[in-house]
Amino acid sequence: MEKTMNLTLRVWRQKNRLSVGQFETYQLSDVSEDSSFLEMLDILSEQLVADGHEPVAFDHDCREGICGMCSMTINGQPHGPENGTTACQLHMRHFHDGQTITIEPWRAKPFPVIKDLVVDRSPLDKIIQAGGFITARAGSAVDANAMPIAKQTADYAMDAAACIGCGACVAACPNASAMLFTSAKVAHMNSLPQGQPEKHRRTLAMVTTMDGEGFGGCTNIGECEASCPKNIPLDMIAHLNRDYALAQLKNFFEPVA
Amino acid sequence: MSSLCSFVQSTIGRKILMALTGLVLVLFVMGHMLGNLQIFLGAEVINAYAYKLHYVLPSSALWGIRIFLLVCIAIHIWAAVTLTLDNRKARPQGYQEKKTIQASYSSRTMRMSGIILLAFIVFHIAHFTARSVPGMQYEEAGVLTPMEVPLVKHGEAVMKNGHGVMTFNVNDMMIAGFQVWWVSAFYILATGLLCMHLTHGFSSMFQSVGLRNTLWRKRLDRVALVYGWVVFLGFAIIPLATLAGVLKSDPTGGLATESAAIIETHSK
Ligand code: HEM
Ligand code: FES
Repeated sequence: MEKTMNLTLRVWRQKNRLSVGQFETYQLSDVSEDSSFLEMLDILSEQLVADGHEPVAFDHDCREGICGMCSMTINGQPHGPENGTTACQLHMRHFHDGQTITIEPWRAKPFPVIKDLVVDRSPLDKIIQAGGFITARAGSAVDANAMPIAKQTADYAMDAAACIGCGACVAACPNASAMLFTSAKVAHMNSLPQGQPEKHRRTLAMVTTMDGEGFGGCTNIGECEASCPKNIPLDMIAHLNRDYALAQLKNFFEPVA
Repeated sequence: MSSLCSFVQSTIGRKILMALTGLVLVLFVMGHMLGNLQIFLGAEVINAYAYKLHYVLPSSALWGIRIFLLVCIAIHIWAAVTLTLDNRKARPQGYQEKKTIQASYSSRTMRMSGIILLAFIVFHIAHFTARSVPGMQYEEAGVLTPMEVPLVKHGEAVMKNGHGVMTFNVNDMMIAGFQVWWVSAFYILATGLLCMHLTHGFSSMFQSVGLRNTLWRKRLDRVALVYGWVVFLGFAIIPLATLAGVLKSDPTGGLATESAAIIETHSK
């Protein structure tokens, strides 16, 4: 038989960017352990609407762990207690009957709350815009094998490219640093031959944008890696640091931008 | 903006400065520890070592090293303070509930260990370098007896122009310092915090300059743990051995017994 649970939910409610938010406590009964965390929130919203209240606003899209839209801190952990899992892929069987669950938005100065659990993550887009591109020949598509790339390099770039840009690293970091995100983007493009022409310029531009958006710095403690739903390793940040040092050195003798 | 300017303003640039100055301090600390441990080889060895540092080494070199170290500490602290302020600003509103998933205690308390280390460094310089802590002014008459002892080499007093060369009684200064229980306690506490600072810092500095990958992270973390404990034990053993009575003051400066007897009768 399907197991169900009764839950106490403490959810951050905030009307808009300017209003002061607060926690509201809701009781939700008979939640199936097979439902996903977001489905559980859908059920809560239906209950709220039926009672004449506003539903809880939260970001979501694919609900299959690939788009990076879902974003909430569940019991003090971005995306909840499961390792390598987005909130949409988290199932209620990881919780138990009678549990109190606290749900908060990402907290960071560059990520202002728009409504309830929805935050504005456009600063991550700005970091991408600053350097997340390559110079490519326009015209017909190049043959896929025209440029040989070592398997190791391809795998490494693929691991970096697994980042879905959800912002959990920022949310988990005590300094609200976006270093894991930025490093994944930089490592992805800087390690491939197609990314070489803009390598130094990209590194400098993305780091400058990252700092300019008001994210904090890295203290190498690794909470980002631990809460990343795609398990992007902390070592990507070492890669970013190395590329940044090299880019600054190059730029000192021969301006790259 | 000039590139140098953008480097020191960036979060990564300041972290690199922190790592480079941290490396200087890490190396200094190991040298300092090995130097201190010579106290276990006898009063004459530690006194001769101090004599070498102060009088054989040109004083310009001594001051050069001192200033270099102080500048490194200043840069290290400047980076620590400005980065911490920036990091605080990046999260004006905290979480109601926040779990630490895996970060080590040492890594989360670098500012705490750092600030207490700074207080310790100030005290330590006042205590043994400037020798100006009230009640422990080792260069004032009567505080340390004898203040000067013969410089000893190969078990014999070093002579110059027919006179014995005298040197500051560093051995007894250290013993006298550590016989005060709270001084010893503070030194042991501070070196314990240094151990914590380094179990994170030693590996972290490689990350900051980009010289770490998945394999080397594991290795460096282990080396950091060992380095931290070696530094702790190497420093803390001196106050501990003093309190336990293993290390003793030696008014002869470590001269062999017969000649020591001569000096003792002479000074009476
Ligand atoms: C004088 C007072 C000191 C203060 C205020 C201080 C503070 C700090 C802080 C805040 C960090 C950064 C931690 C992080 O980002 O996670 C740090 C890193 C570090 N500290 Fe210190 N520290 C001090 C003294 C020392 C000493 C005496 C040593 C060495 C013997 C040392 C070695 C290091 C190393 C190796 C790092 C790692 C650098 C990096 O993460 O890149 N520090 N320190
Ligand atoms: S909704 Fe797409 S990753 Fe969760």
